[in-house]
Amino acid sequence: MSTPIYQLKRVDFIFKDEKDWKEILKNSINRPAHELINELISSELKGRGGAGFPTGLKWKLAAEVDDPIKYVICNADEGEPGTFKDREILSKVPLKVLTSMAVCGHVIGSKEGYIYLRGEYFFLQPELNKSIGEFKDYCNEINFDFTIKIFMGSGAYICGEETALFESMEGKRGEPRNKPPFPSTFGYLGKPTVINNVETLAHCYTIFEYGSKRFYDLGVQYSRGSKLFSVSGDTPKPGIYELELGMSLVDFVDEFGDGDTKAVQVGGASGFLVPRKGFRETTIGFQGKLTGISLPTGGSMMLFNSSRSMYNVLDNYLEFFREESCGQCTPCRVGCQQLLNGIKAVKRGEKNAQYLNKLMRLTETMQYTAKCGLGQSVANSFSAIVENFREEMIY
Amino acid sequence: MYPVTELIKNLADQHGRERRNLLPILQGVVEQEKYLSEYSMIEIARELDLPASEVYGTATFYSFLEYKKMGKYIIRICKTITCSMKGKNQIIKTIEDMLKINVGETTPDGNFSLLQTNCLGFCHKAPAMLINYEVYIDLTPEKVREILTGYINKKEKEE
Amino acid sequence: MAKKIKITINEVALEIEPGTSILDAARQTGVIIPTLCYHKDLCVAGNCRVCVVEIVGQKRLSAACATPCEDGMDILTNSFKVRNSRKHIIELLLSEHNADCTRCYKNGNCELQKLASDYKIMTQDFIRLSRSKNYTIDHYSPSIIKDDSKCIRCQRCVRTCEEIQGVNALTVAYKGDRMKISTFFEKPMNDVICTNCGQCINHCPTGALVEKNYIEEVWEAIADKGCHVIVQTAPAVRIGLGEELGFKVGSRVTGKMVSALKRLGFDAVMDTDFSADLTIMEEGTELMMRLKRALEDHDPDVKLPMATSCSPGWIKYIEHMYPDYLGYLSTCKSPQQMFGALAKTYYAKAKNLNPAKIVSVSIMPCTAKKFESNRPEMHDSGFRDVDYVLTTRELAIMIKQAGIDFMRLEDMSFDSLMGESTGAGVIFGATGGVMEAALRTVYELVTGRPVPFENLNITPVRGMDGVKEASIKIESPIQEWAFLDGVELKCAVAHGLINAKKVMDSIISGESHYHFVEFMACPGGCLGGGGQPIPTNPEIRRKRAEAIYAEDEGMPLRKSHQNPEILKIYNDFLLKPMGEKSHQLLHTKYSPRKRF
Ligand SMILES: Cc1cc2nc3c(=O)[nH]c(=O)nc-3n(C[C@H](O)[C@H](O)[C@H](O)COP(=O)(O)O)c2cc1C
Ligand code: SF4
Ligand code: SF4
Ligand code: SF4
Ligand code: SF4
Ligand code: FES
Ligand code: FES
Repeated sequence: MSTPIYQLKRVDFIFKDEKDWKEILKNSINRPAHELINELISSELKGRGGAGFPTGLKWKLAAEVDDPIKYVICNADEGEPGTFKDREILSKVPLKVLTSMAVCGHVIGSKEGYIYLRGEYFFLQPELNKSIGEFKDYCNEINFDFTIKIFMGSGAYICGEETALFESMEGKRGEPRNKPPFPSTFGYLGKPTVINNVETLAHCYTIFEYGSKRFYDLGVQYSRGSKLFSVSGDTPKPGIYELELGMSLVDFVDEFGDGDTKAVQVGGASGFLVPRKGFRETTIGFQGKLTGISLPTGGSMMLFNSSRSMYNVLDNYLEFFREESCGQCTPCRVGCQQLLNGIKAVKRGEKNAQYLNKLMRLTETMQYTAKCGLGQSVANSFSAIVENFREEMIY
Repeated sequence: MYPVTELIKNLADQHGRERRNLLPILQGVVEQEKYLSEYSMIEIARELDLPASEVYGTATFYSFLEYKKMGKYIIRICKTITCSMKGKNQIIKTIEDMLKINVGETTPDGNFSLLQTNCLGFCHKAPAMLINYEVYIDLTPEKVREILTGYINKKEKEE
Repeated sequence: MAKKIKITINEVALEIEPGTSILDAARQTGVIIPTLCYHKDLCVAGNCRVCVVEIVGQKRLSAACATPCEDGMDILTNSFKVRNSRKHIIELLLSEHNADCTRCYKNGNCELQKLASDYKIMTQDFIRLSRSKNYTIDHYSPSIIKDDSKCIRCQRCVRTCEEIQGVNALTVAYKGDRMKISTFFEKPMNDVICTNCGQCINHCPTGALVEKNYIEEVWEAIADKGCHVIVQTAPAVRIGLGEELGFKVGSRVTGKMVSALKRLGFDAVMDTDFSADLTIMEEGTELMMRLKRALEDHDPDVKLPMATSCSPGWIKYIEHMYPDYLGYLSTCKSPQQMFGALAKTYYAKAKNLNPAKIVSVSIMPCTAKKFESNRPEMHDSGFRDVDYVLTTRELAIMIKQAGIDFMRLEDMSFDSLMGESTGAGVIFGATGGVMEAALRTVYELVTGRPVPFENLNITPVRGMDGVKEASIKIESPIQEWAFLDGVELKCAVAHGLINAKKVMDSIISGESHYHFVEFMACPGGCLGGGGQPIPTNPEIRRKRAEAIYAEDEGMPLRKSHQNPEILKIYNDFLLKPMGEKSHQLLHTKYSPRKRF
């Protein structure tokens, strides 16, 4: 059993005031693109939307493509159950996000940015538009050509997937595309596009403000910096917390549990479920060669205490996926229906317990063959719940 | 000209008439009308020079773009995990009793529709619901009754 | 050309062009990867996932149809992991599917059934989802049946209707488990802008979209001794039918087809090619009259270019999409309907038959003709002009049902009166054929000389380009047509409605100035029609076209106006092209329809 590498450490970067944004914008756009890219690369910032792609590299790839039209998109679709930090960023420090989008525009050579805001956050629009107006005024003032607009979603979780998001912005059904091509060469309207999560952009601001070292010094190897965590479920203190990456789940539960935590769902419904016995050996961060069991996350941490039926939890997740799957590919569309109907049948005794094994193999197929991350990740929580709480699944 | 037709023309003037302007226009109609009728979709198709089927296929993909007649106030209760754990069924029961409709239905006076939706991003303040675009959090049966009474009174005053 | 890249497929090394998909690369080396949503005619969707393969070193599998090869890839198409996953996917599809093969129209020619059979999916472990779904069957259209319980949601039909036809009658609606193929507001197919072209049927891998068949009705008519059942066969049937009956693609089976029809019990077997020749006489004359009015009389009301009217899919399309331009259409009925109107008048009279007792059947490469024969205008004989329209596929079914060993049939020839045809009638079956046939006749009538192309082959209008243009300069015409001297007759040919749209838009914008345009709803023309054997793809259509032109070259007569039965009908019955009788029986009018 590995000992936790770091204790839980609170950090306060993201929600620190944004009053210096003008200066940061002006300074940054006066720096050459490669320098900014290197700054991001050496910070080792990885995308906070879930996939964990190195942000510096993402910008670099888009910068290298030769095209007069490119786009910067801020992914504010935040649909993962248990995640609510992007909303908080956009309502508290929107100018940080806008600043980083503009700097990205400068780095890759783009003049247009969009914030894809989920329909559920419609109420954020007026305030956000005010900030955008203020931001635009300043850009005009310093003669910097970059325009940001809000694009509203309309209630579809899958539109958080980057290529589905492009489709949606193009006025179509949010069905994920085949990859390759990747967004850096073929994104919104077929143009090179950088798409980043709201929080990723907020961290970029920190890096532009304090330099990459301050950021790099936080966290552990492969998982540098801090991260916002959306804490909910059976906890006495639900809310949003900025914590250093690399913490052990034990420490997290010590801090946030209600003394009776049975399991933690890391990364939302599409993330991983860790039962009590796994708390000690699990750390929160991106997968690396040396980090042991390390779980990446968009920041959703849901706690369940022993009063909860994990059958109901799984049932709820699967219903979510069955509805929110875009429905285009077979393993995901039909797989989700089979999993949901399957656990119901086992619970009612219409199928025997061995049927759970067949369903486990099915989730493996879904992981291997689904077209996008949604179908691929259903296996994560399914297998953990069925393996660890098998008795709760059976009639 | 029907008012919707005019609304659609204005929306198209405002957003543009390309395919990528479709969603904002659909949203604009739903904001006013609460749903997209067959007539509205045809008008949108005409205005944007798109096949009507494409408008329909796109609209039905998004759960906020209703294509059946809806009430003036659409109540959407979050049914995802945390809200479910924190008693969303009690909230639904309370509303069903109060408005005398089931989930998926609209009150006969056309004022309220009751729907469920997925995670609203307020899990730390579960259970949560939307009434049109307004968010209500930390719901309890009492609180919901109060909120709805407010809406009912507001509605009566308007009349 | 970019440098070739090296990959291995199932441990066999090969060099391929960069950008080649894994699927194509595999096919090049003779490795077959199963597919469902992939179709050569359509863009790549990558949604069924049965084509997944393993790229060594990657945990996840990749869709072979949608993944380009990269240098150094080691690809396994049949590893344990691939097989298991693929089997799972087929099982999943079947669990959502009303897999009732013995009662399915596509039994025996279904891609899903074949996969299930290849992979020997013998058990149904997964829950039968199809039972609890509210699947609907739409059989309101006279041409098409859409059965959602057989649909695997590969979206091939949607892509077909959009990419090949530009009609978009079908769309994908809803998401998640409710996702389905739908029309606008789930209306029946005959209530929307569907042209009945049947291309979606040709591209559907399963029994979810099939033609409405009238096989039993025709058997019943044949069995009725009081009926005189006559049958006509369209040009493209004779070069397609063989595919359904064991011949290779591109085989010409005209004589065997006639024998088979006789054996089936039809009282007279005649040829739509005859009425195709007749169409040329009427349409050619109409064109010359319009040219005369435009160029000599300077009549501002004359509508040019004149558009052909023999493709009923195209007719319904223009009625929906360009209702203000119906005046540009030739008023000629399609050859099928000309034949039908004559069958119960001219033929009945000549053979001394009671037209009420004639049942007129046509064998067509087309599903839109089912709709056409059902149009209220098509009763000019005083009866329904064509009673039943069968597709090439339905004829093949009847031949099989009758226990006819098609391969061993001797050749026979069509019955007379309306059975004689020329090469010009035959090429109606290919894109550009109507144009070529018309030019052969018009040029000769105007100048007294054959068209100035080697061996009468007007090659610029042949081939599979979506839009083809040609022009012929008219020199030293005969006296009557003197005003055409030096006129360059400009023509265009479009097939596939997406191309028809391009041509229409360029005509309307004033960008193009044509005199005469041929429009065919289906890719390749009728030879690629919605009633032709399945599968279809560019290669198959090319071979069928070769067969058509070979048939033309082999005909003793190759110009419509030389057809002796045509001369006879004008002599005995119609008197002259565009005459009074023609107007009554052979011409029609069109009605605007709603686009939305
Ligand atoms: C089903 C699905 C849903 C997603 N939803 C979101 C989301 O709501 N917000 C987000 O930022 N990224 C989401 N992502 C990840 C995005 O595809 C993409 O990786 C991310 O926006 C990239 O930004 P980053 O590099 O800054 O993380 C989702 C991915 C999948 C597969
Ligand atoms: S995995 Fe699911 S959400 Fe993703 S493309 Fe397939 S059906 Fe759509
Ligand atoms: S569509 Fe194919 S698999 Fe389905 S019932 Fe028909 S023949 Fe069988
Ligand atoms: S018959 Fe033709 S027009 Fe109608 S849905 Fe099929 S492809 Fe589209
Ligand atoms: S109707 Fe046929 S072509 Fe269309 S999605 Fe269904 S199975 Fe595929
Ligand atoms: S679960 Fe209801 S708001 Fe997130
Ligand atoms: S054939 Fe490749 S995904 Fe369907």
